[in-house]
Amino acid sequence: MEIRNDVLCIRLSGELDHHAADELRQRATSALEEQNVRHIVLNLEHLTFMDSSGLGVILGRYKHIKQLHGEMIVCAVSPPIKRLFDMSGLFKIVRLEESEEFALERLGVA
Amino acid sequence: MKNEMNLQFSALSQNESFARVTVASFIAQLDPTMDELTEIKTVVSEAVTNSIIHGYENNPDGKVFISVLLEDSTVELVIRDMGVGIGDIDEARQPLYTSKPELERSGMGFTIMENFMDEVEVRSEPSFGTEIRMKKHLLKSKAMCN
Repeated sequence: MEIRNDVLCIRLSGELDHHAADELRQRATSALEEQNVRHIVLNLEHLTFMDSSGLGVILGRYKHIKQLHGEMIVCAVSPPIKRLFDMSGLFKIVRLEESEEFALERLGVA
Repeated sequence: MKNEMNLQFSALSQNESFARVTVASFIAQLDPTMDELTEIKTVVSEAVTNSIIHGYENNPDGKVFISVLLEDSTVELVIRDMGVGIGDIDEARQPLYTSKPELERSGMGFTIMENFMDEVEVRSEPSFGTEIRMKKHLLKSKAMCN
């Protein structure tokens, strides 16, 4: 995790299942509560596996940042993970970008 | 040819990854595609997570049982628990339905299982447990196509 201006960049690696989702939820929530953050960029480039628990935790962070009137952008989504986004309709509410660089540009952080 | 394996483990979230990796390595002998392997790992993860969170409500004394039967190019997966069971199976299978919204569950578990497998059968009895039986026909192995 890294904070650039008012953007919390979360870079996930490995596998995001129910077990890992609990830790991600806690770490992201404390970063949102303790730091002056308005937006989230979630980078999935190094994520090798995700299931519906991952969808749940991503949706949860989206709701949290919306309450703070911010935006969430998910980037570098692999085809298998993209299928889960499509199936759940999550891609309709969460913005997707090709890379972290593009996502940061969209939020005005070059 | 038939080949079978059975697995039993404690209802702990750290065993979710153990379960999907073990099932995937057993199925590897059928030479599945990467997509098929990912789909099977995902449905194992969904069913095992359901048993842990819903069936046993995170009580680690619970046991999750998996059997995998391979026959020709068909994979049959049975994932079972002896937990609280599901009251209304049709409701549980609805996309986005979750009995535990406070836990940030997405409600997509059964929908993913139905999308990734060819057959999904759910049997459940309140206070006796739940059994999910799924089948997937793999594309013919590469060796057979050549």
